[in-house]
Amino acid sequence: MTRLAVPKTYKLYIGGAFPRSESGRTYEIVSAKGAFLANASKASRKDARDAVVAARAAVGGWSGATAYNRAQVLYRVAEILEGRRAQFVAEIVDAEGVSSAVATAQVDTAIDRWVWYAGWADKYAQVAGNANPVAGPYFNISVPEPTGVVAIIAPQDSSLLGLVSAVAPALVSGNTVVVVASETLPLSAISLSEVLATSDVPKGVVNVLTGSPAEIAPWLASHQDVNALDLVGAGALDWVDLQIAAADTLKRVLTPENGPDAAAPSLGRITAFVETKTVWHTKGLI
Amino acid sequence: MSFLEYAPAPESQAILNLRSEYGLFIDGEFREGHGTPFASISPATEKHIATISTADAADVDAAVAAARRAYDRTWSRMSGADRGKYLFRIARLVQERSRELAVAESLDNGKPIKESRDVDVPLVAAWFFYYAGWADKLDHAGLGANPASLGVAAQVIPWNFPLLMLAWKIAPALAAGNTVVLKPAETTSLTALLFAEIVQQADLPPGVVNIITGAGATGVALVGHDDVNAVAFTGSTPVGRAIAKSVAGTNKKVTLELGGKAANIVFDDAPIDQAIEGIVNGIFFNQGHVCCAGSRLLVQESIHGEVVDRLKARLSTLRLGDPLDKNTDIGAINSSAQLDRIRALSDIGEAEGAERWTAECTIPENGFWFAPTIFTNVSTSHRIAQEEVFGPVLSVLTFRTPAEAIAKANNTPFGLSAGIWSDKGSRILAVADKLRAGVIWANTFNRFDPASPFGGYKESGYGREGGRHGIASYLTSGTPARPAVAAAVTKPKTVTKGATK
Repeated sequence: MTRLAVPKTYKLYIGGAFPRSESGRTYEIVSAKGAFLANASKASRKDARDAVVAARAAVGGWSGATAYNRAQVLYRVAEILEGRRAQFVAEIVDAEGVSSAVATAQVDTAIDRWVWYAGWADKYAQVAGNANPVAGPYFNISVPEPTGVVAIIAPQDSSLLGLVSAVAPALVSGNTVVVVASETLPLSAISLSEVLATSDVPKGVVNVLTGSPAEIAPWLASHQDVNALDLVGAGALDWVDLQIAAADTLKRVLTPENGPDAAAPSLGRITAFVETKTVWHTKGLI
Repeated sequence: MSFLEYAPAPESQAILNLRSEYGLFIDGEFREGHGTPFASISPATEKHIATISTADAADVDAAVAAARRAYDRTWSRMSGADRGKYLFRIARLVQERSRELAVAESLDNGKPIKESRDVDVPLVAAWFFYYAGWADKLDHAGLGANPASLGVAAQVIPWNFPLLMLAWKIAPALAAGNTVVLKPAETTSLTALLFAEIVQQADLPPGVVNIITGAGATGVALVGHDDVNAVAFTGSTPVGRAIAKSVAGTNKKVTLELGGKAANIVFDDAPIDQAIEGIVNGIFFNQGHVCCAGSRLLVQESIHGEVVDRLKARLSTLRLGDPLDKNTDIGAINSSAQLDRIRALSDIGEAEGAERWTAECTIPENGFWFAPTIFTNVSTSHRIAQEEVFGPVLSVLTFRTPAEAIAKANNTPFGLSAGIWSDKGSRILAVADKLRAGVIWANTFNRFDPASPFGGYKESGYGREGGRHGIASYLTSGTPARPAVAAAVTKPKTVTKGATK
């Protein structure tokens, strides 16, 4: 006798909670072979705005945490992911129609990428900042700081690795994130949200929306309280229009990348979303 | 005769050897532009200085083509050491001709000679000297080994620090191995054209530096040119926004240095004498035509009365008048258009209920002038507390706690600079951490140095100029560029105005 399985309801991840879309909309997620997998929430403009509010509220705490603490929290995400490897592998096999070995490689790479970025949290400032030898009696130093709220259109052809590759570097410096997951491969994004919710990542630091990037992205690109826009997965959208909309508030923008190397690990993905603050401290005359 | 009445002491203009007409500087030579020439006048006297060419689209094409040729054939192939030597030469030539440049700058821009002579021009030389040394050390700029130059840089600069902004743009671009086409602001083209002569004296290969003059349309054509790889703009936030839109979907690397509404925060334990001087320097330096000017004074409530009284007393000693006079503190407003804007916003300040005080001084008959002005009883929602006046107008607000000061300081879409005045080091460090601004001065204000990165947060733009960060703005990492997705559509250009910062 076979056991009847208990399917999971996939919802959004906003402010540390798992709400359904306020619009009540869902859309069908099917496997690579066309079989029904689940109904995912189809996020609306209002959900995107709620996510930005949650992300903004989380900026102070996350950017104010010590770099050592952020490093440990990010590392803990990798630990929890490691414990759930089997779940992610099964999900990716179903969704992408790849072999177990290929799915395993994607999950392992994603875990290792979290570890790599976690280690940057208390080091990148030493690489990206420096003291400046100005011609006068001043202690002058330039330090990088997070830019604030980063909206991300995740790579669309990857369940987990693309998402992790875009989200993790934005978090390193203390930014908070609103990410629109892959439209057709969103289930691992919600499972990753469960990992984030049960690790030590404060609520609101990562907010995950599923649904149509074409519908949601314009609201994020033009949102007054979003500081930066990562269009890495927006190659199929009218992304130039998104970049133009982002210019109204002079957002920092990364443009789309295609292929398996999209959002490849780099220090540049961390520093793309930081600001350089230069402080002149007057030295007394003694 | 009071202690403020001195005999006039104007700097001699005999050192200038100006032409009556200036063409465009393209491919190492001056040539006439195809647009309608315009007059450059002295804002202090409204007298004609010279007639200057306007570059039309064809001239922009020619300048970009010259820069491209110079990049391909000469500059990108030259060793960093040799590029550096050219920049060192330029730095020395600027020093040698410094008095002439200072006189020309004060004549054309209206700023006091003591500022052009002691601040602008020395910094110009320092900027070239600093970046000259970077040219053969690019492996250490933070982008990994063998970083690559970008190609042709389109640079559009404002009228407030004409020659200094030119140096901020050209020095790092050339050190990194790029060639440039630079457009100075319409009202202040003169020193850029004198700089072109210096470029000739330095025997820089033709086309490495091209200087084209004209109004906003020339800038639009330059920034939007297809064969440009980098865009650097200093000016107003609206124009910066338009540029950001016009380059969307291209691979142009962009640096934007835009507006500001800096908070200058004075705590009750501040060294008060230095703070008063710092406040004055923060907003009345260069007639307040400074993007990072400390235009919002946040004073702790307990010392508000004392600070305002002392500020008024100090401002009453400032001398407004002939920019070329060595005793002048406040020069002329750069243009009648800018004067209109300062007047309009000041009138709005009064209409919205702020209390206006203006220093008593004699306003010359001709030219564009605005006496130092302070508004008290200003609230954060007043337009004079939100919008960039870009003139000698200070808005005074108060606070009680550090948290309130931080909240008010950050209550602006801008984020270029800020000042903190306090004797308590730990408070300065904590407040500096919380301010969302790219440059923060503690117990000083309006300090600039080629080694120190400058640039804003939020709607004050992005990218940095100065220091190691400034050279990185003109480089890309040595590894092959990531696979970019081609833009499907070409967007119409939306830039409509020139640099008016």
